[in-house]
Amino acid sequence: MIQHSLLREFSLFRLKRSVLLGIKSLWMHKLRSLLTAMGIVFGVCSVIAMLAIGEGASHEAQQQIKELGSQNVILRSVKATDATTAGEQERSLILEYGLTYRDIAQIQATVPGVLVTIPAREVKDFIWNESRSIDSSTLGTVPWFPEMRNRSVVRGRFFTEIEMNTRAPVCILSKSLARHLFPLSEPIGDTVRIQSSYFRVIGVIADDPATASAESEDKNGRADPNQGAGMEMLIPISTLEDHFGEVLFKYRSGSFEAEKVELHEVTVRIDEPESVMPASQAIRHLLERNHKKVDYEMIVPLDLLRRAERTKQIFNIVLGSIAAISLLVGGIGIMNIMLATVTERTREIGIRRALGAKKKDIVVQFLIETVMLSGAGGVIGVALGLAIPLVITHFAEMVTIIEFWAPALAFSISVITGVLFGIYPAFRAAGMNPVEALRHE
Amino acid sequence: MASPPTSEPVIELRGVEKHYQMGDTLVKALQGVDLKIFPGDYISILGPSGCGKSTMLNILGCLDQPSVGQYLLDGLDVSKLSDDDLSQVRGKKLGFIFQSYNLIQQLTVVENIEVPLYYQGVSEKESREIAVELATRVGLGKRLDHRPTELSGGQQQRVAIARALSNNPSVILADEATGNLDSKSGGDILEIFDRLNAEGKTLILITHDEAMSQRTSRTIRLKDGEIASDRRREEKVP
Repeated sequence: MIQHSLLREFSLFRLKRSVLLGIKSLWMHKLRSLLTAMGIVFGVCSVIAMLAIGEGASHEAQQQIKELGSQNVILRSVKATDATTAGEQERSLILEYGLTYRDIAQIQATVPGVLVTIPAREVKDFIWNESRSIDSSTLGTVPWFPEMRNRSVVRGRFFTEIEMNTRAPVCILSKSLARHLFPLSEPIGDTVRIQSSYFRVIGVIADDPATASAESEDKNGRADPNQGAGMEMLIPISTLEDHFGEVLFKYRSGSFEAEKVELHEVTVRIDEPESVMPASQAIRHLLERNHKKVDYEMIVPLDLLRRAERTKQIFNIVLGSIAAISLLVGGIGIMNIMLATVTERTREIGIRRALGAKKKDIVVQFLIETVMLSGAGGVIGVALGLAIPLVITHFAEMVTIIEFWAPALAFSISVITGVLFGIYPAFRAAGMNPVEALRHE
Repeated sequence: MASPPTSEPVIELRGVEKHYQMGDTLVKALQGVDLKIFPGDYISILGPSGCGKSTMLNILGCLDQPSVGQYLLDGLDVSKLSDDDLSQVRGKKLGFIFQSYNLIQQLTVVENIEVPLYYQGVSEKESREIAVELATRVGLGKRLDHRPTELSGGQQQRVAIARALSNNPSVILADEATGNLDSKSGGDILEIFDRLNAEGKTLILITHDEAMSQRTSRTIRLKDGEIASDRRREEKVP
């Protein structure tokens, strides 16, 4: 008996009619219903749109970090900034700093999980193609550099081991450098010059995402517009030693600068993603022992990635709070209107009670109305929220990513808001005394 | 006193009282009411305002419960029922007709007639059939999809009558049913009541209109919350 009546209470037929009734009641006050739902519309729409923009921005950042290779630890030589240590340097005219072959030999030998190391030396000087030139960096490295650093050779090829062993004068230009030096002609097969050395161009490689982004960041502070982002030339490390020696001289602004740097950059490849963090710690300790001053920097893409993820989490929490506040405001708006509706329809409630409606019938009726109001707001909000990122991507050329769960989440929150803020008005309606409700004018 | 017919009463009030607390004083709206109403009775409950007519209607209509005493409806003691059970009783056994029609504005004629059936869980198809049939019976067969605002007062009251009949109730309670109508429309409504009673329906008309007593077969007069007189006419005036 009880089961039968329960079944009847929750039958689909009742739900369908309650929904139809809700639509009728809401339709009676179209403008009011629309305005009430607006609060939810904007809440839901802003949640989806902001999530999409945030997701897109962080995806782009993460993509750049991933291109550095999440299993890599990148070491770079930098001039120590400490003034006192510079003075101690035996008044030598040659500034000596940076990573050494000894460092990488030790890293190879002692740090567990190190697969390969990719040493690189750098020369910063003008690169010439006939009369066109640019002050850019030339990196001497090894044949497996593109693979390890996730850099694709877009045209031609990279140099081979044989070319490295034979110290062949070949070079690979980064895409932007190639575009600068060879604006109109095909670079492959042509030659470029640094000081008095000539190199044959055999390939073009994609720009380094790390320098490309780093240099575009300080674009405003840069005085020399000649030096563009991501421009570099790659040659075999042996060839670089042959042509430029251990000590690098540079004639600049009327004075010579001499630097002695064994290695400018070392990329250490670790075997497992899990051992990247412990290995990077070990490398850090090793370098701290070997170098009295900090004349190197260490980039752990995985660490950067984790930090970017943490930033994204914080961003999501902030977004979540904004969303919660806007939905709260929307919910209060709905509750306010539903309370007014309940008062306005006191007589209807009395009639229904007189004609056999139980308290829970009245609760269900008003709850369904509230949920339909917020649900409709949710649907419109989702539609707008999906459209706005498209518009942004189209006009502002920003990457936006809509995660499949974002609209679902936003919509369910709108429905839950309806239920939460509908409970009180619905119970207030059901709690009315039928006699007094019938007498209500 | 009216002479009781032989069958079991459909309504029986035993020593019913209704008290209200108004400030410091206890108001007794009804006191010591004993009443038996039999199937097929056509009753008018008369009295000046403030005599307890509304309280009587609320109690008979299971909208309110007596403070003291027992109320048996179809043999079931409804004076101690829970709110849900009371709703159930109203929806199953009673039909209401109000002075101001009390139709639900956003619903059409048919839908208004269907409301009591909806709460009884009657299927959509069945309730639609019943509603259309009743609307036709009260002469609104061509206005099924009209809304209350598109109907005259008399038409609205006829919708209310159809609604009161939809659940085939044991008793129909009419509260000043003709109070808002002109004499022509009011007369039409009363004719429908006569016809319903002739078909065997139990009707209770609550009114302050003396003329009503000429129409019904039994007249109960209330005064100061008590039954002042209860007369049954042996033969209805044709």
